[in-house]
Amino acid sequence: MKKNIPGGFDRREFLKGSAAIAGATAVGTLAPFGLARAQGAKLRVGLMLPYTGTYTPLGVAITNGFKLAVEERGGKLGGREIEYFVVDDESNPAKAPENTNKLIQRDKVDVLIGTVHSGVAMGMAKIVRETGILWINPNAGADEVTGPLCAPNIFRTSFSNWQTTHALGKVLKAKGHKTAVFITWKYAAGEQMMQGFKEGFEKEGGKLVKELYTPFPQVEFQALLTEIANIKPDAVVAFFAGGGAAKFLKDYQAAGLKGKIPLYGSGFLTDGVLDAVGDAAEGVETTLHYADGLDVKKDRAFRLAYAKTYKLQPDVYAVQGYDAGQLLATGLDAVKGDISKKADMIKAMEAARIDSPRGQWTLSKAHNPVQDMYLRKVVGKENKVQGVAWKALADPARGCKA
Amino acid sequence: MDFAFILIQLLNGLQYGLLLFLVASGLTLIFGIMGIINLAHGSFYMVGAYLAWSLSSMTGSLTTAILLGIPLTVILGMGLERLLFRHLYQRDHLYQVLLTYGLILVFEELRSVIWGDDVHGVAVPALLGYSIPLTENLSYPVYRLAISGVCLLLAAGLYFLIQKTRLGMMIRAGASNREMVQSLGIDIKLIYTLVFALGIALAAFAGMINAPLSSVFPNMGSQVLIICFVVVVIGGIGSVKGAMAASLMIGLAETFGQVLVPEVAGMIVYVLMAIVLVWRPEGLFKRA
Repeated sequence: MKKNIPGGFDRREFLKGSAAIAGATAVGTLAPFGLARAQGAKLRVGLMLPYTGTYTPLGVAITNGFKLAVEERGGKLGGREIEYFVVDDESNPAKAPENTNKLIQRDKVDVLIGTVHSGVAMGMAKIVRETGILWINPNAGADEVTGPLCAPNIFRTSFSNWQTTHALGKVLKAKGHKTAVFITWKYAAGEQMMQGFKEGFEKEGGKLVKELYTPFPQVEFQALLTEIANIKPDAVVAFFAGGGAAKFLKDYQAAGLKGKIPLYGSGFLTDGVLDAVGDAAEGVETTLHYADGLDVKKDRAFRLAYAKTYKLQPDVYAVQGYDAGQLLATGLDAVKGDISKKADMIKAMEAARIDSPRGQWTLSKAHNPVQDMYLRKVVGKENKVQGVAWKALADPARGCKA
Repeated sequence: MDFAFILIQLLNGLQYGLLLFLVASGLTLIFGIMGIINLAHGSFYMVGAYLAWSLSSMTGSLTTAILLGIPLTVILGMGLERLLFRHLYQRDHLYQVLLTYGLILVFEELRSVIWGDDVHGVAVPALLGYSIPLTENLSYPVYRLAISGVCLLLAAGLYFLIQKTRLGMMIRAGASNREMVQSLGIDIKLIYTLVFALGIALAAFAGMINAPLSSVFPNMGSQVLIICFVVVVIGGIGSVKGAMAASLMIGLAETFGQVLVPEVAGMIVYVLMAIVLVWRPEGLFKRA
């Protein structure tokens, strides 16, 4: 077999190429030098979110929500117009440092917004801590971001993994369940949600009799479902998301467990999959910081405005993006758009009470939302709110020394 | 752990193994027999699943969707072979890897444009939509058992085609010496087109028949791709028998691994592969 090297590349072309690159670099470094960024200039906002791959809908919803918050303020935050710089992070942790640097170094953004995937967020956190740039994380739930990695310039408007399952302990206790099995993927988010549930349940005197894991992102659950049937706990608590969640819900029903052992979960188990699973999810109860049918005035206004602007129904991710915009607005209003007064801005953001579609929330010392966790129940194609499972739940922020 | 529990887990393992064979069968044919590295195998699996979803929601029946979908994917396979793969048989494997990797990206993007990025469910045909009770709170879905039956039929059919028929003889001959077969007056180009199309159709068929169990979602192909290669490599390249044995081994190892040693369940398949390759570098069954 012949091996061809496609296209020759001789020395002259190589020299030409190098010269061009050298020239481009020189211009690139000189240009921003003379441009003092005055207060009147546009505020540079970097959106680092997934726009390809599995998490595309989440990235789009967050972007839509953020832009809606800006549009509602006349396209300006703190009196300054916004210029967006967008990078598709592809949910690829390996490219996280490069993508973060693209926005910070090349585009010189003033604020960084992102992202969905926790692995990518951990990569961002490292650089953000080094450079001190203001970062608002509108989704990624890794406990570490507002735990060991917390910093004055790091904010989150979504949730910590721990938060999404912690309130379930109380819920199970109230229903009279004494034993439970937790089932999830063996990876960081799954283990953190398991931990959150375990602490909550054991505090109420319940017993987590078994932790069941399947390798991420595998979706063959039959062996573990057989084990659940064998253990016969009072309740099963699960965390899966997307396609995996849809498959788990259907398998749980097909194995005949539904109706015999009640199923609970982190809200992500039943978010965005109800169309796909038919009646397999009916009656499943979950906890999350957002729900359908909330009695919140802001939520009705938000849903209407969102549907009008994007011809789409908003979801929890859109809310998180919207609140990222609101939080940034609060900070910028306090300093009249002068982002160089970072300390004052952070102070204002820390004190903010965000009037969110999910209900009002404040920030913990580690900059994670202190928020109501709703108990929701799947009714038809909705995650109907049943009540507040835990009022103003705060993440313990273990390991945060800032 | 009582006896009934072990028996049920055994059933789970065998059933999962047969499912793996179904998904890997197309790859056995294309990679194992034609020697083409087809990284896009998972993409054809995904295309099958999405076809099953969109056609069954149009026609209201999964059976109709599968009957319509198979000819479509055969045509897709033949077209791709004519346009792209035909030119790479004589080239290094690296070119095939590049082409098929490119196809993964193309198919993902097309999927996003045509069908969107949402998760979808496909209903199990009403005839098979019930479960058989096994213990007081566990029952077994009939559809899973039906798929196992289909897998066994498929395995027997493939084995017969390749080992016992004249066409199978030509395919095997073509795989070992293309030029010689051609000079004997056999239209090897046509045979390759057919075999390739069959491989693609098998991958897509696996996606279609598995859609009610797995749900239909973006990137679903990448999940099955690696395990398919593991099946073919453990089984021995070019052996249908080997692929079947490897599938069952992996199915049982994964099932019992998850139950007995959950901490390392993710590694078990690869440890198994390493052991087999040390013991028998050419896989369980060498090419006949």
